Amino acid sequence: MRFALSEDQVLLQDSLTKALAELAPLDRVRRFADEGERSAPDIWAGLIELGLPGLLIPEEHGGLGLGLVEAALAAQALGRAVAPTPFLGSAVLAPLALMAAGSREQQARWLPRLAAGAVTAGVAIHEPVAGARDGAGVAAEGGRLNGRTLFAIGAAGADLLIVADRAGGLHLAQQAEAVEPMSTIDATRRVTEIIFRDTPAEPLASNRALERLRDAAWTMIAADTLGACEAMLEKAVAYARERRQFGRVIGSFQAVKHLCAEMAAEIEPTRALVWYAAYAFDHAPDEASLMAAHAKAHTSEIGRFVARTATEVHGGIGITDLLGLHYWFKRIGLNRQLLGGPERVRAIAAQLQGLAA
Amino acid sequence: MDLTLTPELEAFRDEVRAFLEAHRSEYEAGQPKDARAWQRLLIENGYAARTIPKAYGGYGAEPDVLKTRIIAEAFIAAGAPPGIANQGVSMLAPTLLEVGSEEQKTRWIGPTLRGEVVWCQGYSEPGAGSDLAALQTRAVEDGADFVITGSKIWTSTAHLADMMFCLVRTEPEKPKHEGISYVLIPMDTPGIEVRPLKTMTGGAEFNEVFFTDVRVPQANVVGGRGRGWIVANTTLKHERGMLGDPNATEARLAALIELMRTETVDGQRLIDDPALRDRLMQLQARVLSMKFNGLRVMTDETAGLARLIVKLQGCELNHQIAALAIDALGELGVLYHDGPHLRAGGRWQWNYMFDLGLIIGGGTAQIQKNIIAERGLGLPREPKTVEG
Repeated sequence: MRFALSEDQVLLQDSLTKALAELAPLDRVRRFADEGERSAPDIWAGLIELGLPGLLIPEEHGGLGLGLVEAALAAQALGRAVAPTPFLGSAVLAPLALMAAGSREQQARWLPRLAAGAVTAGVAIHEPVAGARDGAGVAAEGGRLNGRTLFAIGAAGADLLIVADRAGGLHLAQQAEAVEPMSTIDATRRVTEIIFRDTPAEPLASNRALERLRDAAWTMIAADTLGACEAMLEKAVAYARERRQFGRVIGSFQAVKHLCAEMAAEIEPTRALVWYAAYAFDHAPDEASLMAAHAKAHTSEIGRFVARTATEVHGGIGITDLLGLHYWFKRIGLNRQLLGGPERVRAIAAQLQGLAA
Repeated sequence: MDLTLTPELEAFRDEVRAFLEAHRSEYEAGQPKDARAWQRLLIENGYAARTIPKAYGGYGAEPDVLKTRIIAEAFIAAGAPPGIANQGVSMLAPTLLEVGSEEQKTRWIGPTLRGEVVWCQGYSEPGAGSDLAALQTRAVEDGADFVITGSKIWTSTAHLADMMFCLVRTEPEKPKHEGISYVLIPMDTPGIEVRPLKTMTGGAEFNEVFFTDVRVPQANVVGGRGRGWIVANTTLKHERGMLGDPNATEARLAALIELMRTETVDGQRLIDDPALRDRLMQLQARVLSMKFNGLRVMTDETAGLARLIVKLQGCELNHQIAALAIDALGELGVLYHDGPHLRAGGRWQWNYMFDLGLIIGGGTAQIQKNIIAERGLGLPREPKTVEG
């Protein structure tokens, strides 16, 4: 037994972090955000070279056949770099949906192309997971989808959509009546509202695949927040070691260094929780849902604390657009609400252990 | 990440379970029927003093964090009393092993492990708390002895102890960190007075100890005269591992969940109150985080920061668990001492108050944050002020 990353996992983490520093430096993220780009194919192309789209896809379909721990490390690196990529939908949720509930034919048609990065996939599972707002929800009947779904992930420009209907059934669609951008605080990723009108779609198997997708999504979002928190703490510490006031670097004042210590004290154990949630998804199925829920809700809480505290350590410069710290702040802010805010997710965590009706 | 046990470790776990099953008649309600016999039995079988060499009265196994954890888990699962974990066993014995003389190791470690000699720790003084190195208790050379004068505070078990490991100032002319020696003092030496220190819990979990011309042989110094600060830091390292132990926190959360499932108000279970349940789930996420953090600290050599945060986060978490139990009980939560409506013997209130002491003791939360920031994050130390 070893609760630590393997050599290969450390290597993956390092190579992704290095690649993202080249592919998605802050200037590139800023251009994506400011110019309202729908996608950043240059960044994704670099990650395709590293095999990222096929991370979870079995080798027989051209992927790397790795597990959710590796996917969580990738999500952590992406959150750390606030990188705009279709990773969550294309490399995690769509492949998992196809692997869990797709027919052989559907798998053979889509998995190799997803693994090669030749197509991208969007995922729309918001209503049955996080609740229906503004009357949204998708109805499925006779191979047709009708209705609208909010907060779809990676759907703009996607070749393939995985859609959950109101009852939790999953469908595979290659088109939609409309895919409309939803403007959120987080300009480093695009979420959309999708409208279906008698849109043809193939049903996926009616097993509990949606629960698995939800658990994976919660764990990935948790890892993304964790990575963003690490980056914010590092920036705060670097700034506190350099900025001088009253003739001293501010990091020598306990009022400032204790803020940094509190962030580290919150982040360190959370890292272990997120790693365990990812591990449980593949190796401890009985615990997977509970751990995913706790990882999602807990990173939301420490994320809010770190985002605000790291900003505060920077003083006035922390809130400027020039510094760009706000990209991390807002990414953490979207992650907190995406697919369920912490109160909702904790209520589910209680239900999962029979502590709530 | 590989959390499976090897066949060897599985066999080891089965062995521990079988041992506990075979000796079930020797303990009751988590207490041994004969404490010393139980401790001897545990040492013989490697379930206490496991890594202390045989020559000094231990079992003599190679350090193996996983086996240590397997033992701890099996004992908790069986409701069996674990080996003695007092300050002598947890702090003094490892310190003597590292820096003691051969004579000191042979004389003290064995009897300490067997529970025949009980120790207390003489570190803090009224004027030296967080700034421990400012301690003023003096030891003046007189022939082959030291003559000690001064006082210590926060000395738990001083009223029961046979011996004290104590920090005294032997070289007052030297800089404060360099004039300290670590000395072993028999508690029955003339001139020692122990007074219980009553705390907010209503009990006296600590004592004050006063020294008036207490005569101790110079041979009782551990690790060399003037090297007490270095020796003390060896000991403190062992103490920080003891405070904030995630296994104890997990057991407390389980008790809180049980409380919230069984207690009712207006006929509704406490767990069915959404606000209380939400707080419980927040704490559960923290307990799980600390549990996995603990596993990581044991097996991941890159987990430096993860180790530094254990005392700060673990003690705070215990305090919050007690706080939620009190809030969930509402007015019943403030009952204390006795009475027909008292729950769990008033344990939650006692924990809430006592745990605040643990947040402060063993290096205050603020000192812990300095350590995390300076050693963990590389932030600069506070500039030294001129000493007046």
